[in-house]
Amino acid sequence: MTLARRIIPCLDVDAGRVVKGVEFAGLRDMGDPEELAARYNREGADELILLDITASRDGRSTFLETVRRVAEQLNIPFTAGGGIRRLEDGNAVLRAGADKVTVNTAAVARPELISELATQFGSQAVVLSMDVKKTPAGWEVFIRGGAESSGRDAADWAREGVARGAGEILLTSIDRDGTCSGFDCGLTAAIAAQVSVPVIASGGAKTFDDFLAVFGEGHADAALAASIFHAAEHSIGTLKKYLASRGVAVRLSR
Amino acid sequence: MKVSIIDYGAGNLPSVERALGSLGAETECVTRPEEIAAASALVLPGVGHFSAFVTGLHKRNLTAALRNAIAGGVPILGICLGLQAMFSSSAEAPGEQGLDLIHENVQALPSNVKSPHIGWNQLRRLRKNILLREIPEGAYFYFAHSYAAAASEPHTAAACDHGFPFAAVVEKDNLMAVQFHPEKSGEVGSRVLRNFLEWAQ
Repeated sequence: MTLARRIIPCLDVDAGRVVKGVEFAGLRDMGDPEELAARYNREGADELILLDITASRDGRSTFLETVRRVAEQLNIPFTAGGGIRRLEDGNAVLRAGADKVTVNTAAVARPELISELATQFGSQAVVLSMDVKKTPAGWEVFIRGGAESSGRDAADWAREGVARGAGEILLTSIDRDGTCSGFDCGLTAAIAAQVSVPVIASGGAKTFDDFLAVFGEGHADAALAASIFHAAEHSIGTLKKYLASRGVAVRLSR
Repeated sequence: MKVSIIDYGAGNLPSVERALGSLGAETECVTRPEEIAAASALVLPGVGHFSAFVTGLHKRNLTAALRNAIAGGVPILGICLGLQAMFSSSAEAPGEQGLDLIHENVQALPSNVKSPHIGWNQLRRLRKNILLREIPEGAYFYFAHSYAAAASEPHTAAACDHGFPFAAVVEKDNLMAVQFHPEKSGEVGSRVLRNFLEWAQ
């Protein structure tokens, strides 16, 4: 009996459409969120993450409607977030059908947000999302979609987030995101060693061996990817079969 | 058949409703003791904190109604925290009383493993049971919890290992409960719910 490593497709949505950026800029339309969610559910995804990447106040109801419609397509765990600033924002996303909520920028500004959500909904429902970039000072947490340095050390922030009640960490390498140059295994392993909760690696996935590496030397509990799945470059089922053939514990049957 | 889903004021009821509905069950969310008394089958889903959960049940005067219904033989399925609530107490909320239908305590996962235990894990069958009928050995189920009851409790029908062997499936006469989320466990999870519905009928 082993806890399986998870493969998690991510849908970045803007105004009800799935989009994809390269290094946090330049958006391209990738399709309909419901259609993609249904396909991933069918292909054996272990979970789905939906992120509102514009997170504007007026787009809020559109996003919640997308959460509701996507939830109906799934019989796997579902995480949603983007622009979660207050307890009520988290509540709205969970009520719309998500099982977990991610927090990012607002939690850096006001870390109590993590504890408020964890107290209300339990740690298993709170995912701390961190966008990290290598700077001369080390691995630093960036906010506002990667646009602004927070001045916080990544390992430090990860530890604090977990102490405040985050049940998982979604760790995105800004340097790798959208570049197809592989996950940042060094960063992932460094953070995984610092916290007692599962770490989801994100940013840079291209080949099957990138996944193998992040589960091996990266010590990731789960790996997230977007564009390679959207473009049907790789099916999740084929990826999981490959990982199983290389000795990684994955869930094959549905 | 009609299934009454207990709404204690938190928790993700829509996904449980949807999963049961897709199997042809008629569902209703119940919040009052008289609705529980009238139910022919019950589901107690739960996420979050043990304290908030049992307090939510107490506040709505559902504790006695639930205990009576279960004592009267009404089939019930507890999910996740709904399993833990069947026990006497939990280390998550010392001093708070559970439904005490299974006289054992729920404990924290040991500190040598990742907690919460989040993700897909496999089960070890300890005895013949109803909920896992027709489900292949080695199937994965989705777990998301930081506390669990030891599998040594005699009503444990299947165990999972994460730091220690814990109760993943509990069956005690008409009381059934699972620590994983069948509504989030793909097709095998759906089969667990179907097994409950068929048996409850």
